[in-house]
Amino acid sequence: MTSPPGAHLPEHPDFLWDDREPASSYDVVVVGGGGHGLATAYYLAKVHGITNVAVLEKGWLAGGNMARNTTIIRSNYLWDESSGIYEHSLKLWEGLEDDLGYPILFDQRGVLNLAHSLQDVRDSVRRVNANRLNGIDAEWVDPAGVKEICPIVNVSPDVRYPVLGATYQPRAGIAKHDYVAWGYARAAHAMGVHLIQNCEVTGLEVEHGRIAAVRTSRGRIVAGKVALCAAGHSSVLAKMAGIRLPLASHPLQALVSELLEPVHPTVVMSNAVHVYVSQAHKGELVMGAGIDSYNGYGQRGSFHIIEQQMSAALELFPVFARAHLLRTWAGIVDVSPDASPIVGLTPVGGLYLNCGWGTGGFKATPGVGDCFAHTIAHDEPHPYNAPFTLERFTTGALVDEHGAAAVAH
Amino acid sequence: MQLIPCPWCGPREEAEFRYGGQAHVAYPEDPSALSDEEWARYVFFRENPSGPFAERWSHSAGCRRWFNAVRDTRTHELLAVYRAGEPAPEVTA
Repeated sequence: MTSPPGAHLPEHPDFLWDDREPASSYDVVVVGGGGHGLATAYYLAKVHGITNVAVLEKGWLAGGNMARNTTIIRSNYLWDESSGIYEHSLKLWEGLEDDLGYPILFDQRGVLNLAHSLQDVRDSVRRVNANRLNGIDAEWVDPAGVKEICPIVNVSPDVRYPVLGATYQPRAGIAKHDYVAWGYARAAHAMGVHLIQNCEVTGLEVEHGRIAAVRTSRGRIVAGKVALCAAGHSSVLAKMAGIRLPLASHPLQALVSELLEPVHPTVVMSNAVHVYVSQAHKGELVMGAGIDSYNGYGQRGSFHIIEQQMSAALELFPVFARAHLLRTWAGIVDVSPDASPIVGLTPVGGLYLNCGWGTGGFKATPGVGDCFAHTIAHDEPHPYNAPFTLERFTTGALVDEHGAAAVAH
Repeated sequence: MQLIPCPWCGPREEAEFRYGGQAHVAYPEDPSALSDEEWARYVFFRENPSGPFAERWSHSAGCRRWFNAVRDTRTHELLAVYRAGEPAPEVTA
């Protein structure tokens, strides 16, 4: 007798991690099972030997912004403070696949940040010079150079916003976001970290100025330290401990086309026309938009934003005209006043903040995981995140990265 | 496209409007008396709730007037609109 079709399917592959029931207490509870939370748990275990750690995720692991970003990795920010943490992150990306022992499809295909006005040109050249002074690879390329690096970009002068040149960071690139999360989850789990899904934090208990426990949809968990890695929901969580944050949560939309032959060899971003484009390994064109103007927690945005983004993309890449849109979605991004993150201590003892990454958190995943783990383990900021305090909004020591981060802000 | 009911013009498409962030943030009465902490609160810190939120909108491509709305940030549903100067209505999401 012949077997029916499908009867000889291979065994289910081994799970990368076990789905744990929460224990009654942990040394460190990380709130948020996205890239930052998983990376933080990984470096806590690996670098600091702290393995009695739980990562609490209200949905499924890496199902929030980690599943919704456009996977762009670069470090070409203006100020020294930003150069420090983003370049630290890029260096970790360069060794991450070996470090995790898991493929992440990190591909340093370079990023072009286009300039469309004289002011753009001046700002871009300034940023290139600042990058080079900080040892970060950067160059200014003219329109012919843009065409050489990415032949499908329309550099003709007779468009509404002609390309006047671009900054180019060759070491920038993309990675497979899911694999990054799974790689961190697998490695953290192997060192004893508990990954707990479907576990929403509903309260933070503070006793005598120090964090004592977290209340969750799956019971109370006593915690020595609590680290918030909740991106768009950071304001809601921090408020549970009486802390106000200078953040606004906005929808940020992105979309993909159907699968296409390789046509786009690099990553192209344009602040002026609000679009950024790369082509995923599988073949989809991945495009991000600017944020929707209003506050929103709904993981959806307005269609006219997509429309504007598409018109910008089409002017820059006429070859996309026949591509079909496959899927659009939105994530919730926590935008800070200076377009820089907030990473460090809080007025509550044992409670640590990692938020305000806005539209650009993915690229920082390894870097902030490493620095935030250090901050938690030593109860003092790592030098790379020391400038990114909550207090800077009172002292005035802002790190204004609207120029380097402004595609979507 | 989402329709926003301008209190003067009635329901119009969202693309006619500009967003103005949290409503009812008053300029400090005595600015020179403020501490750095208080200035920071005024300049940088806004409510960021998941749920009903009183916020400002400008009908920038219509009557060009500012007004306030209470909107649920989870669903983006507009629960109430009211003219500038009027108190925020009680609404439940």
